[in-house]
Amino acid sequence: MTAARQLAERHRFKWWELLPWAAGIAVFFAFPNYLAFGTQLLIAILFALSLDLVLGYAGIVTLGHAAFFGAGAYTVGMLAQHLGWNEPLSGLVAAALVAGAIGLASGYVLLRTHGLTLLMLTLCTMALLEEAANMGAAFTGGFDGMPGLKFAPLLGLFPFDLLFFRSQYLYALLVLLLCFALVRILVYSPFGQSLTGIRENLLRMHAVGAPVRARLVLAYTISAALAGVAGALFAQTNAFVNLGALGLERAAGVLIILILGGYGRLYGAFVGAIVYLLLEHALAKAYPTAWQIGLGVVLMAVALYARNGILGIGDALRRRLGGQRAP
Amino acid sequence: MDQLISILLGGLAAGMVLFIVSVGLSVTMGLMGFVNLAHGGFAMLGGYVIVLTMKHWGLPFLPALGLGFAAVAALAVVLERLFYARLYRASELDQVLFTIGLVFVMIASITLAVGPETQTVVLPDWLRGQTDLGFVKYRSYSLAIIVAGSALVVGLWLGFERTRFGARIRAAVDNRRMAESLGTDVGRLFTLTFAFGSGLAAIGGGLGAEILGLDPQYPLRYLVYFLIVVAVGGLGRVTGVFFAALLIGVLDFVLKIYFPKGGTLFIYALTLVLLLWRPQGLFGRRAS
Repeated sequence: MTAARQLAERHRFKWWELLPWAAGIAVFFAFPNYLAFGTQLLIAILFALSLDLVLGYAGIVTLGHAAFFGAGAYTVGMLAQHLGWNEPLSGLVAAALVAGAIGLASGYVLLRTHGLTLLMLTLCTMALLEEAANMGAAFTGGFDGMPGLKFAPLLGLFPFDLLFFRSQYLYALLVLLLCFALVRILVYSPFGQSLTGIRENLLRMHAVGAPVRARLVLAYTISAALAGVAGALFAQTNAFVNLGALGLERAAGVLIILILGGYGRLYGAFVGAIVYLLLEHALAKAYPTAWQIGLGVVLMAVALYARNGILGIGDALRRRLGGQRAP
Repeated sequence: MDQLISILLGGLAAGMVLFIVSVGLSVTMGLMGFVNLAHGGFAMLGGYVIVLTMKHWGLPFLPALGLGFAAVAALAVVLERLFYARLYRASELDQVLFTIGLVFVMIASITLAVGPETQTVVLPDWLRGQTDLGFVKYRSYSLAIIVAGSALVVGLWLGFERTRFGARIRAAVDNRRMAESLGTDVGRLFTLTFAFGSGLAAIGGGLGAEILGLDPQYPLRYLVYFLIVVAVGGLGRVTGVFFAALLIGVLDFVLKIYFPKGGTLFIYALTLVLLLWRPQGLFGRRAS
């Protein structure tokens, strides 16, 4: 296959892209006792996917992406707690709007900087929100957060149960599918191509007259809205919100997931989240220190030797074994 | 009035600790543009060396500080040659990932080797109690930290401004390529400053254990503070970092007393505004 044809056809739907979704449905029937874990996994994928849009495609290095996850989670939490607005779907929309607005406002001012300053500013924005959530105890529950949130049944038909997570799982799967479709369309659109251009060669994009900052702010806003949806799903399916939704640990966690899977590619978030959460599930409770050392060593190794993550290793192996192309 | 002075002194002592820990970070970031999130980890390791050798080997305070400096500086050289050197030309993202990984390893190793509990420093007799300054009585230890920090900033300033080595560092921070083409080995310069800065961080970790506390979560808890000090002070600017550290230290101390709940919020907001107004930091020079 020639390079030109490969480039022209790479957005085409391929048969194996059905596999993740088939697997998602299969899990629902095969592991009915692990749906709570599965729901967390789907949310982690969505969150990492939102980060991929800014980090992987637009090349914005941020340490504060949990700000938007937390904004979404607190939005649905506070709506349900104080206004009794507990309809899940409209809650998702509200969360996306709030997180997107914060993304737009912060992106508009922050994205004029770059490098260390940008890193610091994203970190500070997140810390600011975290402190605000900690302080505004009357609205946010402060340090304890809001436990025991009540949400209405999905579409008025499927109540959330905190024992088996059946409706939560399917709900999260469906939301992830929709968001993924959006991201997939975006990254192959001219908009997505110009983001990649900005990442690869900023000067040239300025030179050809691309509206660089507007594109970056738009990407940041969309990504923030998606992260907000992930946060809202988290709050709705678990029926609680606390400061953990906003912290450095969550921001670092999603970064690790994305890098582990491979950034700047659609399925990195999926692979990273599955590997990370499975390992965490198996190791973190039983051997917390060993888990932390292992995680640290893996991160160092990825930074030094495997910059494209697990999927990147897969590509390299396939090339070495005589396969033709990377998907 | 007395209360005001003692609050000011407490804030100054905290600021001095921030300065001693952060100054190395500022210089190394300025030299190589390396985003080193593990810097607080070196401070923590140094703090542990200092506290544990005092406790178990009965080492006096000052030799323990020296040992902490030497041990951490040596470790820093090894890590720099083995790993950091490979990442100079890598993207910020790789540097961030690597150093976060390093922090995790440091935290877990300390938890495994020493335990998760907070360590306390047993101060020598001559640093305990209060000293009468004539106009106010204050804790001797805090005063000693202020004196040590002031001496350090004078020493560093002289080293930076008056020695050939310092001139090389300044040249490399301002324009690395030009310095390299004039024959300065920036790599070696970096190794040395990295070791020295990490050693200083170690001393800061030990000296500041009284004020900031010392436990395995130290590097992550204070990461944002160290970064704020460096970002506000400007990269590679010793005096800038000094003033920024004092500013943040005093502000934090005062705000924690008068607004125990919202103080940190104010510092984050201030940093945001400052960095938007002057991305190169309050005292930094605009990149050419």
